[in-house]
Order: sequence, then structure tokens, then C-alpha cells
Amino acid sequence: MYGRKVKLRFFFILLILLTFVLTTFLILKSLEENVVFFKSPSEIKTLAEIQNKKIRVGGMVKKDSISVVSKEMKFIITDFKSEISVTYSGVIPNLFEEGKGVVAEGYLKDKNFFFATKILAKHDENYMPPEVKAAMEEK
Amino acid sequence: MPSLIGSYSLFFGLGCSIFIIFFSIKNFKNSSSFDSKILSFSLLQLLFVIVSFIGLILSFIISDFSNETVFNHSHTTKPLFYKISGTWGNHEGSLLLWLLVLTLFISIFLLNTKNLLKNYRILTLLYQQIIIIGFFIFIIKTSNPFNYIYPEPDEGLGLNPILQDPALAIHPPILYLGYVGSSIIFSSALAAMSLNWVSKEWAKHIKKWILTSWIFLTFGILLGSIWAYYELGWGGFWFWDPVENVSLMPWLALTTLFHCVLVLEKKSILTSWVIILSITTFTLSMCGTFLVRSGILNSVHTFANDPERGVFILIFLFSLIFLALFIFFFFYKVENKKINSFFWLSKETAILVNNWFMMYFLSVVLIGTIYPIFLDVISSQQISVGPPFYHKLIVPFLIPFLLAMAIGPNLNWIKSDLKNKFYLFLFLLISLVLSSLIIINLKIDFLINTVLISSAFYLFFITTRDFIVHRFQNLAQNVSHFGFSLFILSVLFNNIFSSEIITNLKVGETFKTKDVTIFFEKITKKKEQNFDAITGKFSITNSKNIEQILNPELRIYNQPNIVTSEADIKINLLSDKFMTMNLVQNQNYFNIRYQHKPFMIWIWASIFIISFGGLISIFKRRHET
Repeated sequence: MYGRKVKLRFFFILLILLTFVLTTFLILKSLEENVVFFKSPSEIKTLAEIQNKKIRVGGMVKKDSISVVSKEMKFIITDFKSEISVTYSGVIPNLFEEGKGVVAEGYLKDKNFFFATKILAKHDENYMPPEVKAAMEEK
Repeated sequence: MPSLIGSYSLFFGLGCSIFIIFFSIKNFKNSSSFDSKILSFSLLQLLFVIVSFIGLILSFIISDFSNETVFNHSHTTKPLFYKISGTWGNHEGSLLLWLLVLTLFISIFLLNTKNLLKNYRILTLLYQQIIIIGFFIFIIKTSNPFNYIYPEPDEGLGLNPILQDPALAIHPPILYLGYVGSSIIFSSALAAMSLNWVSKEWAKHIKKWILTSWIFLTFGILLGSIWAYYELGWGGFWFWDPVENVSLMPWLALTTLFHCVLVLEKKSILTSWVIILSITTFTLSMCGTFLVRSGILNSVHTFANDPERGVFILIFLFSLIFLALFIFFFFYKVENKKINSFFWLSKETAILVNNWFMMYFLSVVLIGTIYPIFLDVISSQQISVGPPFYHKLIVPFLIPFLLAMAIGPNLNWIKSDLKNKFYLFLFLLISLVLSSLIIINLKIDFLINTVLISSAFYLFFITTRDFIVHRFQNLAQNVSHFGFSLFILSVLFNNIFSSEIITNLKVGETFKTKDVTIFFEKITKKKEQNFDAITGKFSITNSKNIEQILNPELRIYNQPNIVTSEADIKINLLSDKFMTMNLVQNQNYFNIRYQHKPFMIWIWASIFIISFGGLISIFKRRHET
């Protein structure tokens, strides 16, 4: 039979492999659950079904669309093809302005209404999230 | 004029490399003593880079808008301090800073290693020169900070106001000292490998470099985190933002590396592991630069988006990795003089266990950061990975990690037994009881919290006991581990007890919950050098009828025209009260965020303590027995 040393080494390698597989599994599983997809308003219109999953919607804030009623705020995100109404209560970043890019994170009510739980802050006025830029360039 | 000098100086600096390499190779083959010409040329190169850097700073100070970098990132009305810090607040300047630190470190290295092997010094210098030349070419070719504009514009575009902040002015240089410090570790690991000198002596000498970059990196991350806390107004200290992640990854690798080098220094084992970690650390630092600078990352930090730069760094990075792996596989021979095996219950095992956990944390962060990019490339689906991903994967594994961190230092090298280790169990029991009491009293019913708090308390008690029992024998390690327990405890309590109110208010309105009343008294306007300030006055009354005034501020900068909000934070020993206010466009409302955050100051303090441990270790003559 094999010596003690060989057995030990075998177990050690097995242990490493096992940890590795387990780690990969854990990470992938967690990724699957926590990934947030990005959609433009036009893409939302083409969705087959509305899932109760967190997504991001990006585009431009439509001119004259922001209105505030005490805690709640409403505005419209547009990619100049389709638009979607957003309801939001929470922190509003400084660079949130009409006619500028925005990314909202939250849940879809239907294809025209979106409940945002977060509006993403951006660093400067020239910056546009790559996602928005791509969505804008497509049009 | 300063731009011109700076520009030429950069070319002269690159020229020095040729002489350094020429003399090094000659010296490496022939003579037995170190050729002082090499040192002179290295210092000369450093001098040229310094001149170039000062040239850029001067261009910023005198607002020389014929220089493209200055034009893009400066403005005449900007305060002097931010004109200077604007030098490295942009892509071109920050790369010049990278180069400066690279040349500075290799000069210090040469001056500091006079009594080490001649060939080891020369080889380290040569490998370092490869990196230096790479950066020289990168700067000159793709991001020259001295590009000329004609006709000269009258006014610059201004620095992003969010970067006009004291913490962020010193954050990049300190972080870079940490990043670039890892380049020395990389070069010297390659050199030691080529000469088959990965030994106790090498470990002893490289340990100081590892510690130094580790301390700078820790401080750099700390500063960035503090800045994000008060300037971005999100009221947190870590957001798992990709740019934060890329600084965390080298930190994790460096921490692991440091622990392994201790084992190498004591026991001459784990040599290959140390080498791999040295290479990994530097690769991660370079990757950080690549990801941040190429504009690939979708992040709150946005930098110039230039594919050419990305491609260059990527090619450069891959050739370095290839070189490292080539040396590792073909030159490096693991000497199996005597197999130093160790028993399962020993300090070595404890360190290895912690290593594995560190590597696990590292891979989680790495995947979370890289995966969105990867997916975008292969399927053009755009996704983002949020904090829940990291929390879910990292938090549970902190429990065994903390336990190992407490027990490990109390074990012996090679073989240990559990005699006289009764206190280890006693303290475990105490921590469990204590944290269950806390959890029950505060009516938080999370099992994971109980266990996590227990293990953090456990580390806390054990390290406190070690202070007393071991009479400061092993002070450095003790301080750092103690700091870490404090850190985890503060973060946990901060997470559990934080509360937040977000609402929209007009001047004169009041917002009430059962604990707090917020009254928006008035706003005042003020004009400053390069911005207009709107300061709100809020009176906050808590349930005990104690009133406190908070004055968050809005700044409307003139150039570029950007609004930033300055949080008002009332800090005391137990908790921070944090308030920001934002403008809602075309409405009379202000968006208000009020947060009560316990133990914030302890989070900062504990990170400080952790790095202080490293500092002690550098200045201590003899390490633990």
C-alpha cells in the first residue's frame, strides 16, 4: 500500500480541490442572486415579462419632468425613443438635473412605471455612465 | 518655461536608463564590487524626474495655460493649495508621480542595501529599470503632461470641485507610495529568484519594504475612505466601488505576503508562496492603475477614457507577468535541503489558515470587480455587482478568520499543544455570553450577528490579555490584531445602530419622527473665492429634548459649474451626526439626509491602530521569538 506521506499529500490535494470547488460554487451562486442588470427605457418596452428583480434604468432626465410632493419625487427618464416614469424618495445627488444623464436603481411596476430605491451619484458634469452613453449612442 | 524644462527633463531621465543598464550589465559580469557610477546615474535619473515634476507643479502655480494638462485641470481663481494638489489630481500628473516614486524608491533601495550581495542589488535595479522605462515611454507616448497648446487660452477648465479637498490632496501620493512600494518587492523577488537567494536574509531585508508599502497603502485607503464619507455625502465609509476594490486587492495580497515573509524569515519555508505573492501584489497594483486609468471601470471615480492608454498598460502588464513567470519556472529552483515539516497545531498552520482566508477574500473582491467587465465584453450585457454580493460572501467567513487571528499568535512554531491554553476556551465562553447579552438586550435577532460579535470580542479579549501577559513582547502583531478586532466591532455596531432620515423640506418646515424633530430654520448665502455657498441651518431635537444645530452646505463652483454638498458632521466619541442637503432643480425643496452613525470615529481610529502596529514592527530591532 501507499505510504503515510503519500496518503497525507493526497488528502491535502483533495482538500484544496474541494475548497476550490466550494468557493467557486459559492461565488457564482451569490453572483447570480446579486447581479443588477441595466436596461434603457426602450429595452424595458420590449421585455416579455416584468420580474420582481432589482434593475437599473438609465437615460436622460426629461425636461420639465421633475416634481416634488413632500417626501416623494417624480420624474421621467427618456432615451429619446421611449420613456418611463419614475417615483423616488431618497437622497438626490447634486448632479441630478433635467436634461442630464441619470441611472436609477429599483423595481419595475409595469413597462411605464418604475419605483427607484437609489439614484446614482456621478462625479462631474461631463461624465455619463458608460451604460447611458451606450444607450444614447444606439439611438 | 517650467513646462519646457519639465518636458526635456523627462527625456534626459529616460536617457539615464540606457547608462544605468549599460553599466549594470558590465558590472554584473566583471568586477566584484558595486560600481558607483550606477548609483550616480540612478540618482541623476531621480533628479531629472524631480525637476520634471517640479516643472509641472510650477506650471500649475503660475497657471500656464499653454500647457494642456494645466488648461484641462486648473483655473486662475482656484486657491493655491488646490493648484498644487491639482498637479497629481489628473491622469498625466498622477503618472508622473508614479514615475517619481518609482525612481525615488529604487534610489533609496540602492542606498540602503550597501552590505547586501552586489549581484542582487544590480539585478533588482535592472528589473526595476524595466518598469521605469515602461512608465517613461507610457508617459511620453500616451499621456505627456507637457503637451503644448497654441494659441494659449486665457482661462483653464478648472479642477473637479469634488477633488478640491485637503484629504484628497494627499490621498493619491500616499496611496501611490503603497502601490509603487510593491514594485520594489516585485523586482527584488525576481532578483532573489534569479540568484536563488530566497532565504532568511532576503526575507529579513524585504520585510521592511513590505511593511513600508503596507503602511502607506493602509493610510492611503483610510484617507480615501474618510474623504468619501464626508464629501460624497453617502454617509458610509466603504461602498464596494470598483475603484475602492482595486486598492483593497493589493492590500489583501500585501497583508498575506507580510505574514508569509515572517514564516520564511523564521523557518525558511513557504519560499515559492512568498514569491508568488510578491508577484501578485505588484500585478494587482498595476491592474489597479490599468483599470482606473483606462476608464473601463464603471465607477463614481471617472477618469479620462482613452483606449490607447488601456492597451499600453495591458501589454506592459502582461509582459511583466510573463517575465516573472518565465523566471519563476526556468531559473528558480526550490532547494529541498531539509524538509521543515510542522505539526497541524502550530503557528505555521495558523498563518496558512489565515492566508487561505485572505486569498478567498481577495478572489471574491476580484471576481466582483472583474465579472461585470468580463460579461460586458463577451455578451455586452451590462450589470453591476452591489454590496450584498460582498457582504454575503465575506461576512460569514470573518468568523473563523477572527478566531484564527486570536489563537494563532498564541501557538508555538512547529508544534504546539493545548496544555496551559485553558484561557482560550474561557474567553470564548465569556465572549459568547457577552454578545448574546448585547443582542438580547437590543432585540436584534440575527444569529450571524451574535456569532460574529462573539468572535470579534474573542479577538479583542485575547489580544488585550496578550498585552498584559506577554508584557509587550510581541507588540507590533499584538497592536495590529487588537486594532483589527476594534475595527470589526466598530463596523458591526455602526451597521446595526445607524439610523437615517431622508426627506424633502422647504425653509421653515418641520419634519417629525418619534425620535427626532428636524426644523429647517433658514438658509444664508455667501460668496467665496471660487464658489458660492448656500448654508442651511437645521435644528435637530432628539427624544430627550436636547437641541443641536447642524449647518450643511451647498457649494456652487464657478469653473467648472458644479454643485457639491458639504456634509456637516458633529463628531463625538460615541457617534457622529451627519447631515447633507441637496438642491432639487426648479423646486423650492431641499433634499435632506440626516444620519446618526455610532462609532464612526472608532472605525478610523482602529485602522490607524492597525497601521501603527506595522510602524512598530519597522522600528523594532529584533522580531518575536
